[in-house]
Amino acid sequence: MIKEMVCVVCPVSCRMKVDVNAAGDIFVSGNKCKRGVVYAEKELTNPTRNVSTTVRIEQGVHSRLPVKSDVEVPKALVLDLVKALDNVLVTAPIKMGSVVAENVLDSGINFIATRSM
Amino acid sequence: MGGILQQCIHSGFGVEMFKEDLTGPEYAERYIEKMQLAGLEFRTNSLVTELHEDRTLVYTNPIEGYVEVQGKAVILTMGCFERTPGQINLYGDRPAGIMTAGTAQSFLNKDGFLVGKRVFILGSGDIGLIMARRMTLEGAEVLGVAELNPYSSGLARNIVQCLDDFDIPLYLSHTVIQVIGSSRLESIIIAEVDEQKQPIPGTEKTFEVDTLLLSVGLIPDRHLTAQAGIKLHPRTGGPIVNNRYETNVPGIFAAGNGLHVHDLVDWVSLEGERAGESAARYVQGELTDAELISTEPGNGIIYVVPHYVLKQVDEDVRFYFRVDNVYKNVKVNIYKDDELLKSLKKNVMVPAEMEMIKVANQDILDASRVRIEVEVL
Repeated sequence: MIKEMVCVVCPVSCRMKVDVNAAGDIFVSGNKCKRGVVYAEKELTNPTRNVSTTVRIEQGVHSRLPVKSDVEVPKALVLDLVKALDNVLVTAPIKMGSVVAENVLDSGINFIATRSM
Repeated sequence: MGGILQQCIHSGFGVEMFKEDLTGPEYAERYIEKMQLAGLEFRTNSLVTELHEDRTLVYTNPIEGYVEVQGKAVILTMGCFERTPGQINLYGDRPAGIMTAGTAQSFLNKDGFLVGKRVFILGSGDIGLIMARRMTLEGAEVLGVAELNPYSSGLARNIVQCLDDFDIPLYLSHTVIQVIGSSRLESIIIAEVDEQKQPIPGTEKTFEVDTLLLSVGLIPDRHLTAQAGIKLHPRTGGPIVNNRYETNVPGIFAAGNGLHVHDLVDWVSLEGERAGESAARYVQGELTDAELISTEPGNGIIYVVPHYVLKQVDEDVRFYFRVDNVYKNVKVNIYKDDELLKSLKKNVMVPAEMEMIKVANQDILDASRVRIEVEVL
């Protein structure tokens, strides 16, 4: 069955045609780079997303520090992970790339600062 | 430093410039680090209030007060504004709870305030879509997005990962016809529109919401251009420039969202680099004048930037343009005068996604105009 899919890996938003044969092999066309194939395979088996959110920060120029997951997160876990970060409170100065929450909800996923503050 | 990027905490930046998927603040920090390494002087908290044809400008800030400086060259990179509730003649009451998506984004991502619990979004621009996801993640309920056009004005990836992922409905060919509320917004009424964009009676739907976010277009910031005598383009809303990104005023250059509204920050940076390079050459007296080749939007094209190309040997020209409608299975043709120079096949073209075609500079030097056109196959 041929399925139409929009690749969300980057803003180019490739419109792809994805075909799965009886043996479960996946054929992708319309993708401008090879990451489209990886995305299509994951989307059909275990969809994942990048998660960006913020945590509270004290003594910074703003009261929130932007953070992101260090790996892609299974779609079903996204809301729970963001909720779990409600209790995180950090203090400036923080360097971009430093881990602000480790192994959140025992998922093995860490959240890292996406700016220095 | 970093402008709007600091509140755009989502990823999708840097795919072209750094071959990495970065968030807005990360992308900004890469450039801030470069700037610090180069030892560039900068001012924050400063507002430029005047710009004149002789490249004199006035800025104010709390430390220095009122300062007048003359640049050997000036590059305008002021970005753009969001269209406001007042600019779209929103009918009804004037309660609290109606604001642009970017305002809500700033409150949420920098200050930590969620501006509402039950939200509706008018307009399917990228910031609106991103805020639909962001507010959902923070516990608000987003009831829907209404878009006046029969197609989305945001990137396809954002429809998928910001709306579809959270089952947020997108109402195409719909608009908000009334907002209701005494002190705080209480409800809105949307309706389907016909081909003339007029609401169709009988299609009204009411949503009880406390917040309406607007994502209905961006307008280049041009508050400094009139005084300096810089000519503006009626469709882009920004200055008219040549392939060196120089405006009609010698030594004043423009790039980025203040020139024309982009979808990809990477392309903004590329334009900025080109404008910066030209300004440096101008300061060193290396830029010479030449005859102009005009670039014209043909069938199906809204505008082309740059608006002129100088008749002299230079780097290859990157033409940026947008189509005026959704097209499937088309060719984009570039004509040099009336001769076909280049033709590219495209499966899908949408107004929300800016297109770019690179043309070798020497290929067009003998032309008097270049035209870009959509040909439906």
